Amino acid sequence: MKTKQIDIMSADKNKLHEISAKNMLSLTTGELCEIQKYFKKKGRNPTDVELETIAQTWSEHCKHKTLTAEIKHKAPHLLSVSKGDNLKIKQDNRSNEQKVRGKIKNYNNLLKDTIFKATKKINKKWCLSVFKDNAGVIEFDKKYAVAFKVETHNHPSAIEPYGGAETGVGGVVRDILGVGLGAKPIMNTDVFCFGDLDISYKKLHENVLHPKRIYKRVVEGVRDYGNRMGIPTANGAIIFDEGYLFNPLVFCGTVGIIPKNKVNKKIHAGDLIVSIGGRTGRDGIHGATFSSASLDKDVPAGVVQIGNPIEEKRFADVLVKARDKELYNAITDCGAGGYSSAIGELALFSGGAEVHLDKVPLKYDGLLPWEIWLSESQERMVIAVKKNKIAELKSLFESEDVQVSVLGNFTDSGDLKVYYKNTLVCEMDLDFLHDGLPKSKRTAVWSEKKPMPSKEKKETDLNKKLIKLLSSPNIASKESVIRQYDFEVQGQTVIKPLVGVANDGPSDAVVLKPLPDSYRGIVVSNGINLYGKHNTYDMAASAIDEALRNIIAVGGVLDRTALLDNFCWGELTGEKQFGELVRACEACYALSVKFGTPFISGKDSLNNKYQKKNGEIVSIPPTLLISALSIIEDIRKCVTMDFKKPNNPIYLLGITKDEYPPKVDPVLSKKVMLFLQTAIQKGFVAASHDCSDGGLGVALSEMCFSGGFGAVIDLKNVAAKNILTEDSLIFSESNGRFVVEVKKEFENDFVTLAKNVCANKIGSVSGSSRGSERLIIKGLSGAHIIDCSLYELKYAWQKTLS
Amino acid sequence: MKKKKALILKTAGTNNDSETAIAFTLAGASSEIAHINEFISGRKNLLDYDILVIPGGFSYGDYISAGKIFANKLRYKLNAQFDKFLSERRIVLGICNGFQVLVKMGLLPFDEDKQAATLMHNDSEKFECRWVHLKTIKNDASLKLKMKNFLFKNLPDVIQLPVAHGEGKFFADNDVVNKIKNSGQILFKYCTPDGNETAKYPLNPNGSVENIAALTNPSGNIIGIMPHPERFVIGEHHPLWTRKRTEPWGLVFIRNIVDPT
Repeated sequence: MKTKQIDIMSADKNKLHEISAKNMLSLTTGELCEIQKYFKKKGRNPTDVELETIAQTWSEHCKHKTLTAEIKHKAPHLLSVSKGDNLKIKQDNRSNEQKVRGKIKNYNNLLKDTIFKATKKINKKWCLSVFKDNAGVIEFDKKYAVAFKVETHNHPSAIEPYGGAETGVGGVVRDILGVGLGAKPIMNTDVFCFGDLDISYKKLHENVLHPKRIYKRVVEGVRDYGNRMGIPTANGAIIFDEGYLFNPLVFCGTVGIIPKNKVNKKIHAGDLIVSIGGRTGRDGIHGATFSSASLDKDVPAGVVQIGNPIEEKRFADVLVKARDKELYNAITDCGAGGYSSAIGELALFSGGAEVHLDKVPLKYDGLLPWEIWLSESQERMVIAVKKNKIAELKSLFESEDVQVSVLGNFTDSGDLKVYYKNTLVCEMDLDFLHDGLPKSKRTAVWSEKKPMPSKEKKETDLNKKLIKLLSSPNIASKESVIRQYDFEVQGQTVIKPLVGVANDGPSDAVVLKPLPDSYRGIVVSNGINLYGKHNTYDMAASAIDEALRNIIAVGGVLDRTALLDNFCWGELTGEKQFGELVRACEACYALSVKFGTPFISGKDSLNNKYQKKNGEIVSIPPTLLISALSIIEDIRKCVTMDFKKPNNPIYLLGITKDEYPPKVDPVLSKKVMLFLQTAIQKGFVAASHDCSDGGLGVALSEMCFSGGFGAVIDLKNVAAKNILTEDSLIFSESNGRFVVEVKKEFENDFVTLAKNVCANKIGSVSGSSRGSERLIIKGLSGAHIIDCSLYELKYAWQKTLS
Repeated sequence: MKKKKALILKTAGTNNDSETAIAFTLAGASSEIAHINEFISGRKNLLDYDILVIPGGFSYGDYISAGKIFANKLRYKLNAQFDKFLSERRIVLGICNGFQVLVKMGLLPFDEDKQAATLMHNDSEKFECRWVHLKTIKNDASLKLKMKNFLFKNLPDVIQLPVAHGEGKFFADNDVVNKIKNSGQILFKYCTPDGNETAKYPLNPNGSVENIAALTNPSGNIIGIMPHPERFVIGEHHPLWTRKRTEPWGLVFIRNIVDPT
């Protein structure tokens, strides 16, 4: 008998805790007590298979216990954002004590009461499947839908960056293959946060890899998996900050296309449980529970799997064929928790399942039953197949060398039964497995941190400051990374990640034209920032504003735009830490509703922390990645960010403020976005670019060197609020702003359309006599406070990461 | 007129099959994607097609030499069909990984049983995705490579196409290179926007000898090309379409393959 009974019936709380720790189950004592109660009722101890199944199913990774917790939020100033900045500042000046005595807000389920609630409230009929499947699905056209999902693979990428990143891509691609009845992956987006590249090796702690190594290997992992599978990696971002030294973040996203009538799964009792793809080995055991633990010097590298993109490509191709021949009626991927999660979740459709682990094809002998059941070996999917279709399905898959194994069948018995060589090794009620998890209750407190004064010496020479900003790693060109990705495979990328006269300018978003016989398109962008160190509400609001600005800048449409959230947090034990999470969720709700852009899917990765030898815990800055996807009718109306023509007027949309971190005024922002959207549709706009990191100065520089034209700008015409210095006029990162090059012949129409919108002419594109192209910014006194050649600007921007 | 039948032959790791099929359809052929197993098992026959295309991708992962396993499968498992296909001078086109396959099979540059050249790792030692300028190398009347000049119909002296590869550096011994040159087998060379052939990176993205980007066998019916014509079949594929419209040269080139008259 290879299966052990684990004695929990007689265990006290200490013993229970010990069992969880020893078996790497990451269960809390409260959860263990609930499990004990269940098995006491059954009158027996659980087997290792059962206990492991519960631990995987109840893991933070699978159940999102923290984000769905019941929360009492002591929030001093639950302001509605529209009340404006002045009020906010006044409130900030109150003492901390007053703040704590402020309002209390209760949430039954944080996620449901904020992010899901926004989606419900917005109620877009083009949302076809949200928050219930492996990805969010929205309507594309009459026949097709688009699926989008972004995952994180942070812990694995910290210990084995290549394998971690590779399997991160492989995993999210399988999410897309496993949504509905399977979507075809058409694009990847990948966003990374790494530590400072120039940190000294001497300062690294034990088992912490140097950010340079993580950076290089993560890029290679993403490159090799995406390129080999033939999925264009066409959007992304990279942020460097000391806060990610111990815990880098690797976000992997995939977009897929699927016929609208293939969005739902169905399983009947009697349908076969069929596994397709790779064999099962001992790689990646305990990934789901491991992702809830802190990293430290002793983390075993065996939890990270090895990817095989060709295996995944092999079955991905046949899957779509099998789907269209209706050979199966449900599908999901094997991710964290392996078969235990995949089959456990599908079993809910029919109300039960019976699995025979000895039918699983293994990479090698010697796996214990629980290891087979939990292994996260890559490149496997589980499908539900009618008995009369299995022969045809098998021959189709086998014709392209994909292994197909029948592991058992779905039932309606209400329980999950797992056998190994005819011995029952697991028998549990599905109700208990999926709903038995005790609800976690938390208290959260919000208190705003005072913005830290910048440690950096203030640069008074604005030319130098601009050059320095352009060459800072977070703004500098990522071309050396982007070109390693095949961003054009599948022949659908019509606005590429690099744009402009020399194909090296930073595009705001990517645009795909997925169907050969239609000009309809998909726009994808992201927003991410470091403001979470100061204020998580502003961080989340700014990320949403930025993602949407990027969509609008290339020609996206606000009321056909959907959002994805990816929360990455550090330690979450204290009330204040929890308060930061709650505030970010509140921002997501408020902004999503105001912009009318629903969330369709999301994911959280918590416990991104590292325990130093002396016991000190280091957490990442609270980080939220917002990914946005918009459906547009005609890709031919899209614009790029490079200046196009001398003498065209340049307008700045939105208001510049002296603020850090920047706030979002969603009413104003939305108005500006809708205006620009219309102006682009009408063909008035030659180029547009969002103002974000490095403000107006960086946006203008990028537009100049990408287009090969200089510009002359007059700061006097910048619409500003509370601004005292030229420095902040040029470098403020206020949200809601765009720089727009208007076609001269349409300037009057543009201005007429701009009535009631803050749009100010700040200058024009200058001539193109070779060698003399310069960006000139005239200050408030009329002096040329910025005067740089395009060569200087571009060189500064390109050299850092080349 | 009956449409030409183009077979887009795939195997594990082929991943440019759908856009290649779309391109051939746009170019007037009827295209079909099929797995090599269909031919090995005898369910399908190569001789039912006019054009055989081996598209880009990473056949079998390219973990050993790029294209080698696919080349061996074609060479040893489909030998009879393949030889007949070639002896009838039907057209074989290898794009990117497909070019690697044809070189590893020994079909390019000389249609012999042994490999005479190779496509090796880019000088930059990296996978590169970028648009390049290509100079069309037309043959004068003294060379009897008639088929080749048809391929340039409606193409200007310089065109643009994207490359996306890690192993695209064409390399061979001097005598081999001279022979290719002298018999007029070179189709495209990497060049500057003004059409001057160049070895300068990144204009020549991989360091190919003689800046070779594409070539044919001596009879002109076997074509290997590193850049991707199938990725430039609509105006909006061009990276500068928001600045200036350009003919989709990839489509023109593929049209010439479908209809070489």
